[in-house]
Amino acid sequence: MRTPAILSVLGEDRVGLVATISRVLADAGANIEDIRQTIIGGMFSMTMLVTVDEDATPFDELQARLIAAGEEIGVQVTFQREDVFRFMHRI
Amino acid sequence: MLNISPEEVVETLLMITQQNLDIRTVTLGLSLEHCADEDLETMSKKVYEAVVERAERLVPVCEAISREYGIPIVNKRIAITPMAHLASACRDADVTPLAEALDRAACEIGVDFAGGFSALVHKGTGDGDARLIASIPHALSATERVCASVNVASTRAGINMDAVLRMAEVIKETAERTADRDSFGCGKLVVFSNMVEDNPFMAGAMHGAGEPDVVVNVGISGPGVVRAVVSALPEDADLTAVAEAIKATAFKITRAGELIAREAARRLGVEMGIVDLSLAPTPAEGDSVAAIIEAIGVERCGGPGTTMALALLNDAVKKGGAMGTSSIGGLSGAFIPVSEDAGMVRAVEDGALTLEKLEAMTSVCSVGLDMIVIPGDTPVETLAAVIADACAIGVINNKTTATRLIPAAGKSVGDTVEYGGLFGAAPVMSVNGWAGTRLIRRGGRFPAPLGSLRN
Repeated sequence: MRTPAILSVLGEDRVGLVATISRVLADAGANIEDIRQTIIGGMFSMTMLVTVDEDATPFDELQARLIAAGEEIGVQVTFQREDVFRFMHRI
Repeated sequence: MLNISPEEVVETLLMITQQNLDIRTVTLGLSLEHCADEDLETMSKKVYEAVVERAERLVPVCEAISREYGIPIVNKRIAITPMAHLASACRDADVTPLAEALDRAACEIGVDFAGGFSALVHKGTGDGDARLIASIPHALSATERVCASVNVASTRAGINMDAVLRMAEVIKETAERTADRDSFGCGKLVVFSNMVEDNPFMAGAMHGAGEPDVVVNVGISGPGVVRAVVSALPEDADLTAVAEAIKATAFKITRAGELIAREAARRLGVEMGIVDLSLAPTPAEGDSVAAIIEAIGVERCGGPGTTMALALLNDAVKKGGAMGTSSIGGLSGAFIPVSEDAGMVRAVEDGALTLEKLEAMTSVCSVGLDMIVIPGDTPVETLAAVIADACAIGVINNKTTATRLIPAAGKSVGDTVEYGGLFGAAPVMSVNGWAGTRLIRRGGRFPAPLGSLRN
């Protein structure tokens, strides 16, 4: 099952941030469909649209790996199914 | 392609992390009609088995959904067939074993509350109803998670004033029986007019006769989000702009509820019922309906203008919510429980908010006299008269009203009681002492109002 998800990173920009997150995704067989970076309210924000291959890695396992990776490099990572944003922000 | 902007992603995350956006409850409605049995012990066993069998996946499914969507689901609950239907099958005077069986099942499957120790007596009290009502004080003192509710009035039937008095007696007895917990049993007991069949919120949830066998109902939350949005408006924004901002926010909150409801129903393999649009406060700072009223512009909740501000809030939430789901149901009106809302507590302490003002507020939202602690020596007739006033507002205006009053045993005005968790803490409020006894002791039925004749 292929599940679209939104990965967001909030925190301080630093060298290797994208590489660290991308590696976790690649190891899990998850594909990055799109990526955006911006500064919101003085805070670095990276938003990725990711497709998760749940047959390769279950959603909650990848979620746990990403959160752990974020903690290692000192940023807040959230990883949620994409439809929650579509539901809340689109009519 | 990413068709959601980073700003929208961050807005959602802030709603959750800083403004207490959550889904207050996913409530599984269960029909237990098939459990009826002449033997109370056998019936209790059937109740336990039916609840465990049908609802055992509710908590793990909700926890998985919560993790994957990143939205907290605060409570998982069940609502069952009004237990008076089952009580009518047996002859036992005390049907507390049914509540105990429900409590055991609730503990076993890990739900926070189980609603439905209930009776509907708005037009008359049947034998099963009477025995269930008489069992409420024992049942609520002997169980942890069971909630009771009794409907004593409806627009179609009027007010059963004998039942109103009986419920006042039951509330007093429940308060006495749970005196060691500051009469907390009364926090699990609601008296309704125009009770609804698909309410996911406690203590008044039950699974009505018009419902399918199993159904998922969801109650949204989000006063903190609405308060943040109103607070962010310019000081001089006019009320049309305030209503517009609330409406847009209510849409987003409701969509979160709709998504969770659909997903929970799909994963549980049962029908999706309704999304209840009630804004439900918590004791957390800022997650408060009183704080919204104050952000709209009333200096302290309860002051003049409060009823208008609450009406505006309630209406805007419905308008936004109506775009967010086609399955509106339950109570769908702002909640103003005193102990559960830190802003309401402060307003009472400041002398701004009184029982009379809360009664006025009842006329423009769903559940008015809610989680109000009053002196333990409040006469039963006075208690009944307060309930009757709330019922009259509901019956005449064709809306639900509910009272959840706690005459805390041994407490008087000036004392404070603490219930903890979502139930919060509250000062004991004074009650007008001029009810007398004659009105309530008349009994009988307040006839159905002219407005009920609509056919």
